Amino acid sequence: MSERDVPIRVLVAKPGLDGHDRGAKVVVKALRDAGMEVIYTGLHQNVDQIVATAIQEDVDVIGLSILNGVHIPISKKLLKKLKEKGVEDKTIIVGGLIPTEEDFEKLKEIGIDGVFPTSTPFDTIVAFIKEKVG
Amino acid sequence: MELIDKMFSGDQIALARLITILENQSQSVPEIMKAIYPHIGNAYLLGITGPPGGGKSTLVDELTSIIRRKGLTVGIVAVDPTSPFSGGALLGDRVRMQKHYLDDGVFIRSMATRGSFGGLTNAAKCVIRLLDAFGKDIIIVETVGVGQTELDIIKAVDTVLVVLVPEAGDTIQTMKAGLMEIADIFVVNKADREGAKQMAGELRTMLNDSQKQTYWQVPVMETQANNGIGIDELYAEIEHHRDVLLQTGNLSVRRRRQRESELAEIVERRIKDKIVERIRKEGKFSVLVKKIADGEIDPYSASNEIFSDKEVLRDCFL
Amino acid sequence: MKEIDEIKRDKNKWVQDCLNKRPIKEAKSVSGFDLDVVYTPADLDDFDYKRDLGFPGEYPYTRGVYSSMYRSSPWTMRQYAGFGTAEETNERYKYLLKEGNTGLSVAFDLATQMGFDSDDPMVEEEVGRVGVAVDTVKDMETIFHGMPLDKITTSFTINGVAPIILAMYVVVAEKQGVPLEKIGGTLQNDILKEYIARGTWLFPPGPSLRLVTDIIEYCTRNLPRFNPISICGAHLRGAGANPVQEGAYTLSNAITYVNYAMKRGLDVDSFAPRLSFLFANREEFFEEIAKMRAIRRLWARIMKERFGAKDPKSMMLRVFASGGAGIDLTKEQPETNIIRAAIGTLGVVLGGAQAIMTCPYDEAYAIPTENSERIALRTQQIIAYESGVTKVVDPLGGSYYVEFLTNRIEGEMKKMMADVEKKGGMVKLIESGYVQGEILKGAYEEEKKLISGEKAKVGVNMFRIEEEVREFELHQMSADTLKNQLEKLKEVKKKRNEQKVKSSLDRLRSVLKGDENTIPYIIDVVREYGTVGEITVVMKEVFGKFREPSIV
Repeated sequence: MSERDVPIRVLVAKPGLDGHDRGAKVVVKALRDAGMEVIYTGLHQNVDQIVATAIQEDVDVIGLSILNGVHIPISKKLLKKLKEKGVEDKTIIVGGLIPTEEDFEKLKEIGIDGVFPTSTPFDTIVAFIKEKVG
Repeated sequence: MELIDKMFSGDQIALARLITILENQSQSVPEIMKAIYPHIGNAYLLGITGPPGGGKSTLVDELTSIIRRKGLTVGIVAVDPTSPFSGGALLGDRVRMQKHYLDDGVFIRSMATRGSFGGLTNAAKCVIRLLDAFGKDIIIVETVGVGQTELDIIKAVDTVLVVLVPEAGDTIQTMKAGLMEIADIFVVNKADREGAKQMAGELRTMLNDSQKQTYWQVPVMETQANNGIGIDELYAEIEHHRDVLLQTGNLSVRRRRQRESELAEIVERRIKDKIVERIRKEGKFSVLVKKIADGEIDPYSASNEIFSDKEVLRDCFL
Repeated sequence: MKEIDEIKRDKNKWVQDCLNKRPIKEAKSVSGFDLDVVYTPADLDDFDYKRDLGFPGEYPYTRGVYSSMYRSSPWTMRQYAGFGTAEETNERYKYLLKEGNTGLSVAFDLATQMGFDSDDPMVEEEVGRVGVAVDTVKDMETIFHGMPLDKITTSFTINGVAPIILAMYVVVAEKQGVPLEKIGGTLQNDILKEYIARGTWLFPPGPSLRLVTDIIEYCTRNLPRFNPISICGAHLRGAGANPVQEGAYTLSNAITYVNYAMKRGLDVDSFAPRLSFLFANREEFFEEIAKMRAIRRLWARIMKERFGAKDPKSMMLRVFASGGAGIDLTKEQPETNIIRAAIGTLGVVLGGAQAIMTCPYDEAYAIPTENSERIALRTQQIIAYESGVTKVVDPLGGSYYVEFLTNRIEGEMKKMMADVEKKGGMVKLIESGYVQGEILKGAYEEEKKLISGEKAKVGVNMFRIEEEVREFELHQMSADTLKNQLEKLKEVKKKRNEQKVKSSLDRLRSVLKGDENTIPYIIDVVREYGTVGEITVVMKEVFGKFREPSIV
C-alpha cells in the first residue's frame, strides 16, 4: 500500500428504481470522514448516467448500492458500458442485499472488485478502498 | 503529451484525466497550460456564488438548459468545501444537475477546496482554462460564497451572479462575506417565499447607494429555479452584462486584470515553494520553529534570518 | 412531608446506596434520554390519570383507541405480500387467508411503484421482483379474483402512483358489482415520507400533495370505509430516525396533509376519522411501546385543540404496525430474526396496534417464502391466542417506567414539532434535505455503534458463528414472469379501444393543468385499460420532476 498525497475520489451510485438510500448515504459519510472526496449520484440512476458521471469526475472508485435483487444484471450492464467507453482503470464495488454466496462469487467472477453485503461494517469498505487505491 | 492531443480531439476521458492532473497540481501543470494557452479565451465565464442552501446548483441546471437550447456547449465546475477535520469532501452539487447527465454538450466536474495555500484557486482557474481550450462555449463556476478561496475563484470569471434566498440573515451574511462588491447580478431565488420582495427591495436600495461602475448598474433578479421561473429573464440579463462589457471594452480590461493576478499568483507561489522547500530540506525551518516555540526568537526576526541567508537566496534564485 | 417527596428522597438515597455497592452502568434510551435504574411515582411529575390516560376508548386515547381492544377481537393480521404476476400473487393471498391472515397487504414491484409499464426497457430487471407487476386494471382484477372486495380489507403500499391504484381498485369493485361505500382498505399515499426515506417519488412536492389531497377528497365523498392515507413513521425509523424523530416527523407530515385537506374545503371531521398511521417497532421494547402511547395521546390533543375536531373518531390514531423492522434483521444466523420479530410484534400489541404485520425472518435475504410468511403469521397467532396478553387492555399502563417514557417522548416530540414549524414546515425542510440529514445522522451514529460494539447485535458483533453454513429455501423469481407479463399487457392493448384511451388521457391532461379533482378522470382512463405508464407519462409532462436535495 502506497501513500498518495491527494484524496481518493469515489462515486457512490444508486442504480435502478430502489429508493432505500440509508446504506449508500452512510457509506458516503464514512468515506468522507476517511478523507475521501465523494460524489453521490442521488436516486434512480441508470447505468449510462453512472458511467457518464464516473468519466467526467475521473473517480478512482465506483460504488453501487443495490438492495432490490438486481445486483447481477446491473453490474453486468455497468461493466459492459465501461468497457464500451474504454474505461478500464476504475475499482468497482457493489454493496447491498447480496443474498447468497453464489451471487457473491458471481459478482467477483464478472469483474466486481469488492462485494459488501448488508451488515458489512463501513470501516471494512473504507479499508478495502484504501488498500486498493491508496 | 498524448492526453492533450486526445483532449483536443474531443475525448472526455482525456479531458477528465487532465483535470485530475491540474487539480492535483502535479509537475506537468506547466506543460499542460503551455499547450492549451493558445486555445483559450473563446469561452464566456460565468460565476455563481452565495450562501449555502440558496438553490445555486438548481439555477446552474436551469441556466444550462437555456444555454443548450441556444446551441451552445457548457462546462460546469462545482466547488464544495473540504472538511478541515478529515480532508474529505462531499461533492453533492451534481445531484441537482441531473437534466444534463447524458448530454455530450455538457461536462460537469466537482472539485473540493482541499484548502491549502490557495491550491484550489489555482487549480480551479487551470480547470476553467482547460474547459475553455476544450471548446466549451460557456463555463459556469459554482462555489459557496463563504470563504476567501471561493471568492478568489469567482473573481476569475466574466460575470458574477450572487444568489440569495429570502432567509433571515442572508443579506447580512452577504455583506460580511464581501459578496456585495463582487456581484454583477444579484439573484433572489425562491422568490415565491415570504420576504422575497422585501429582500429584493432592500438590495436595490443598497445597490443604488453604492454604485461601483459607471457602465453597469447591478440588477436584482427574482427567480424560482425549482419551477424554472425567471430563468429566461436572468439569462437575458447575463447576456446583457456580457454585451455591455464588450461594448465598453471592459471585458478585456477585466480579463487583463485576471491575467495579471494570475501571473502574480504563479510567481508568488513559485517563490514561496522554492524557499520553503529549501529551508525545510536543510532543517533550518524546524530549528527556527523550535526557537520560536521556546520563546528565544519572534517569527519576524526568524524570517529575517532566512532572508539574510545569502546561501538560501542564491540557491533559490540563481 | 408529602408522600411523593418522601419517595423522591428515598430514591436518591437508594441510588446512592446502589452506587456505593457497585458502579452502575449508564444507560440511554434510543431517543437519547438518560435512564435511571428504577422508576417510582416521584418520576411522574404532575401525573394526572384522567387527563393523561383516561380509559381505553376515551380521550386522549393513551390506553388505546377502542374500549375493549383485543378482549373483543384481536388485531387484523395483515402480512405484506406480492410478487411476480397477478396470478402468482392471487395464489399467495389465498394461501395466507387460509392460514389465518385476516387482511391483505399488497406489495407492488418497483416498476409499478415508479410508474413504468412492464414493457418499458428501463425496468426489465424489475418486473415482478419485489412485488406484483401491475400495468392495467386487468392485473388488479386477477389479484383479487375470488375475493369479493366487500368481504376483505386491503392495504396498498403505493405512493407516487397511488391515484392510479385507487382508480383500479374502484374499477375492480365496479366489475365485481360491489358498491363503493362497501369497500374497505388503506392506500399508503404518504408521499412526504417517500422524499425522506423510501424514494418512490415521481413529481415535486407541490403537485404530489395535490394528488394526495385529491385522493383524500375523493375517498371522503365516495369511499366512506376506505382509508385514503397511511402516514408512515416506519420508514423513517428504518432510515435512522429515533422514536422521537419518528413520531415528530410523522405527525408533522400528518399536520401537513390535514392542512391541505382543510384548505380544499373539507371539514376536519369528514376525513380525519379515516387517517391511518404506520409505525415500526425496532429494538428497544419499552421505548417503542411508550412511543405508540405518546403518539396516540399527542395526536388526539392536536386534533382536538389545534384543528378543533369534534368527532372523537377524528382524534383516534389508528395504527398499522410492523412487528420488527427490516433494518434490524440479520443475515447472520437468520433464524434469530424469528425471535426479533416476535419481540417486536409483542411490543406493537402492547402498544395497542389495530393491524399488524410481522417481519418474515428471511427478509434480510429476499422477499419472503410461503414458509417464512407462515412463521410470521404464527408468531402473531401465538401472541394472540396463547400468551394471554390480549385479556387485559393496556397492561403496561401505570408502569412508572412506561408512563415516564410516554410523558418524556410526548414532550420531546412537541418540542421537535414546534421547531419544524419555526423552520418553515415539513415541505420546506424536506426540499432542503434538512429532515433527511437529521435522520442520516442517526443512521451513521448507529452504524458506528455497531462497529464499536456499543450497540449489541447478536450473531453479528457478538456470539458470531464463524464459517456459518446457511441452508434454507429462498424465494426464487419465476423465470417466466417478465415474458408472461409482457404477453398479458400486449393482449390487453390489442383488445382495448385505442381512441377511447387516447381521449381519456387527453381529458386527464387538461384536468391536471387545472385544479379539478383528478381521480374521476384517472378512473376513466383505467376503465379503458389505460396503463400505469401511460397515465404517469401524462402526469410527468404536466408536473415535472422532483430534484433531490444533496446530502446535508
